[in-house]
Amino acid sequence: MSSDAGSGDLRARASRVAAMVQRHWYLLRHSWPRALELVYWPTVQMLMWGFLQAWLSRTTGSAATAAGAFIGGILLWDVLFRGQLGFSITFLEEMWARNLGHLMMTPLRPGEFVASLMVMSVIRVAIGFVPVTLLAIWFFGFNLWTLGLALVAFFANLFLTSWSIGLVVSGLVLRNGLGAENLAWSLIFLLLPLCCVYYPLETLPGWLQAVSLCLAPTYVFEGMRALLLDHAYRADLMLRALALNAIYFTLACAAFSRLFAAARRTGALLQIGE
Amino acid sequence: MSPMLQQPAREPAIRIDNLVKRYGPVTAVAGLDLEIAAGSVTALLGGNGAGKTTTIAMIMGLVLPSQGCIRVLGHDMLRDRYGVLARMNFESPYVEMPLRLTVRQNLAVFARLYGVPGPVERIRTVARDLELESLLDRPVGRLSAGQKTRVSLAKALINEPELLLLDEPTASLDPDTADWVRAHIEDYARARGATVLLASHNMAEVERMAGRVLMMKAGRIVDDDTPARLIARYGRSNLEEVFLDIARAPSQPDLAGGETRA
Repeated sequence: MSSDAGSGDLRARASRVAAMVQRHWYLLRHSWPRALELVYWPTVQMLMWGFLQAWLSRTTGSAATAAGAFIGGILLWDVLFRGQLGFSITFLEEMWARNLGHLMMTPLRPGEFVASLMVMSVIRVAIGFVPVTLLAIWFFGFNLWTLGLALVAFFANLFLTSWSIGLVVSGLVLRNGLGAENLAWSLIFLLLPLCCVYYPLETLPGWLQAVSLCLAPTYVFEGMRALLLDHAYRADLMLRALALNAIYFTLACAAFSRLFAAARRTGALLQIGE
Repeated sequence: MSPMLQQPAREPAIRIDNLVKRYGPVTAVAGLDLEIAAGSVTALLGGNGAGKTTTIAMIMGLVLPSQGCIRVLGHDMLRDRYGVLARMNFESPYVEMPLRLTVRQNLAVFARLYGVPGPVERIRTVARDLELESLLDRPVGRLSAGQKTRVSLAKALINEPELLLLDEPTASLDPDTADWVRAHIEDYARARGATVLLASHNMAEVERMAGRVLMMKAGRIVDDDTPARLIARYGRSNLEEVFLDIARAPSQPDLAGGETRA
């Protein structure tokens, strides 16, 4: 009986997560500018970096640029950036629609809400990422999909980092109101110079390398370069990234939980706005 | 009937003990004790800042109390909120449904969130009852205020709640639509045996719908009776005059500590 109750409870939880995904899928379907934006920026970025890479490759003969380290970097950076944005924007959609009060009066639990944000971040990245990788093949002959199973490890780690940042951003917006929404676009850019998207770790000064090594995406971008330049899959780097992500994701969940409780204490769920 | 055969007393739908809510130095709710009988329609009245919205928000669990205990349908809202949320619902014209989604999509999402069995049939039923059938595939953002209120009410009734919390359900509606909405809420409460807690500034609405009126001022209940007995006790001809008498009377000192919202 208890296992029946347990599986029923699990079904109910999955159904509520699916309801939230359905709600945001409807929203994307109803708004072509929202859907277009998911493809537009990644395409612009990929083209700009792709042409820069082509020029550098011709003029400097760099092995890294020839191997596609730039364009690979930008594609994986986009997974991290758009993954976080997908999570945070889906959350902000509820704030903008002033729907959070409605949702929090339903049996939807915060953990289920977060799970739906994670699913939506994957969906939103996929909508933008797949066409852009196909365009990269067409324009520059760079096929990211040839990285094969390593991509799964790269994606898993990048999504985990993006969700950790998304959780903190969403919690801060929940606690402080929409005045904090710019964090959804700005906070992640702190990682761009630190996690070695376009250059190897040794480019950074020593003290900054120590900081960089505390960030999970650094290992993903190092792993990508190892695969493209040395044709070596570095499982050790992925495991280190995973361990760091486990710590950051746990901390981010705890932060979101505390900020959510603080929002209930201060009445912020009722006064969503500036 | 012998005492042995008597039915046990039904547990109140809402039971509140010593409820206090402070926002910094401001006390929004200052020690509320209250029981609301199952199956009753009760109105919560009071001027702006009297503590009605905060009280309702704490009953729903959206706001955590600073002190006190709330039991809803037998569940402690501080410890077991998720055990009861599927059995209650809320409607307010001030909390809009997502505007880009159609009426059907909104209702489908909320039906799923509430775990409504047979959601397609349930949506068809509420749409028929609230005369929304022709609007089901229209985005909520393109509806009139009256139509939006009916959609909000459909959302509030989608899970056939045992407890319905209403915050000024007919605000900004024309008298005809408002009358129609009131009649529908009354029909639902009667048919389902549901408990209704209603916050309103419309005294005629309260006189018509509520069997009991709780008058709030500065975070406290300052009077509690049927509309007819309140009118008689204050020697007035209607509830609006009683409301004005209470609203204009000097406030009592704050017993819970801190300044209160007047």
